[in-house]
Amino acid sequence: MNPLVPELIADYVPGMIQLAYLLASALFILGLKKLTSPATARSGNQMASAGMLIGIVVTLFDHNIISFRYIIAGIIIGSVIGVTLARKVKMTAMPELVSMFNGFGGAASALVASGEYFRIAPQQFAGQELAAMIISVLIGTMTFTGSLIAFSKLRGIIGGAPIVYPGHKLVNLLLFILFLVFGVLFFLDAGNPAYYLVIAGLAFLLGILMVLPIGGADMPVVISLLNSLTGLAASATGFVLDNNLLIVSGTLVGAAGMILTLIMCKAMNRPLSHVIFGAFGTADGGVGNVVQENGKTVREVTAHDLAVMTVYAKRVVIVPGYGLAVAQAQHIVREVADFLESKNVDVRYGIHPVAGRMPGHMNVLLAEANVPYPQLYDMDEINKEFARTDVVLVIGANDVVNPDARSDTASPIYGMPILNVDQARSVVIFKRSLNPGYAGIDNQLFYSDNSYLFFGDAKKSLEKLLRALKMV
Amino acid sequence: METLIMNLFIFVLASFVGFEVISKVPPTLHTPLMSGANAISGITLVGALIVASHTGCVITCHIGFLAIIFATINVVGGFMVTDRMLEMFKKKEDE
Repeated sequence: MNPLVPELIADYVPGMIQLAYLLASALFILGLKKLTSPATARSGNQMASAGMLIGIVVTLFDHNIISFRYIIAGIIIGSVIGVTLARKVKMTAMPELVSMFNGFGGAASALVASGEYFRIAPQQFAGQELAAMIISVLIGTMTFTGSLIAFSKLRGIIGGAPIVYPGHKLVNLLLFILFLVFGVLFFLDAGNPAYYLVIAGLAFLLGILMVLPIGGADMPVVISLLNSLTGLAASATGFVLDNNLLIVSGTLVGAAGMILTLIMCKAMNRPLSHVIFGAFGTADGGVGNVVQENGKTVREVTAHDLAVMTVYAKRVVIVPGYGLAVAQAQHIVREVADFLESKNVDVRYGIHPVAGRMPGHMNVLLAEANVPYPQLYDMDEINKEFARTDVVLVIGANDVVNPDARSDTASPIYGMPILNVDQARSVVIFKRSLNPGYAGIDNQLFYSDNSYLFFGDAKKSLEKLLRALKMV
Repeated sequence: METLIMNLFIFVLASFVGFEVISKVPPTLHTPLMSGANAISGITLVGALIVASHTGCVITCHIGFLAIIFATINVVGGFMVTDRMLEMFKKKEDE
């Protein structure tokens, strides 16, 4: 008996719980709906948290809950860690945090399914529950280990380059077949926990081996996909527990992650299968231009000249990339923009969907620096404007402005939609050095007639520019 | 079998709702969408609570305990960091 529930009303409690779950599901959907505009997004998030609170509190009245020892301890520990992470994280490190959360979500779902397996005598499970358990353990555990690898790549603990060995695809395939075999064995003989442990172990390995060969530039896709998988893991766990709230919420998250994954793939012009199995960024077919070609020259620009160029421009578009995040230059870029606006220059930001290491990363960084969101333009909107733009400042971005994607069929990024910055009157590229970008591809833009390079760390360069602007 | 069908019903309808609602989220909000979605996927906490509080358990309670910690980190951390981000999105500068 649940100590919170008086015997008198015990019969009504399960129905009340289900009604509360329905309310929670509705609040999640409404909360997500409010995320369609920055003006309402915050209240949407609060609505979703209210739904979560309702879902959790009513569950405490479930007849299966007998002692609260572990619940109280677990919630306190989890809350302390969660609050600390949420408060301390720098906005530049959001991709890492989200991968970590992806991993925790996957782990939690796999653990719940496992706990359920050990809680109830296996012969009491219906076939569909066993199947859901296998799926939940597979997706949850893979998401956990895969996310840890993604996290390590983003953090630089292991290099961002794809880690491949001969026949890695074959090994993954074999592991997956083994998983299926043991999945069937478990299905037929659910009483044997050895099978269960083997499938969990295989899923653990698969998660690691699937993400290791994926290059750092593909992280926006990987994070989105893992995000989707955490949702699906929760949904599968809902099938194990016959819990509608888990199914609805997990599926919503699964859909969100899947949409983002598809948007990211489209923005890179690569099918999902190619991202997962392609080991992009290594010498693979046409990827040849990694080393700089001789004989091509770039033009450098001084801070003073750049200040004159921008301050007399009618329109300046700033194109930020991951380099901006690395240099923590989001605040100084806004100061430059403010100064230019005070001189009646029209300043806009053009953001490519895969700029940064996760979807929408640049927007959050700029919002942090108090850039008003109506100034942030997405790719399709800003591409119409470049022809009428005097100066484009490309800060820490590379592949997303590479015109080879339009014209050079041999380029590995051929066909990827890019920001057509080369249509502007002049383009200034802020760069540390002439090294190719994260994907390891040379960029013809640097050598074009209307391009200038401004060498140095993004933050220091912007500081120089601001000083020069104030003297013009 | 009946419960499976019911569950599938909910699954399929929820995916349609999810795709419909979320495809309208603008790119500017994709990062908060992901962290918010992370928080929602912490719903598995509901399952963890049940698993962790079974009587006479040895392994189960510890598994459930671990699951509660992971899921709570997701729920609390996810909603808080999303709120922190969304607070920063402003139409005009009014510091």
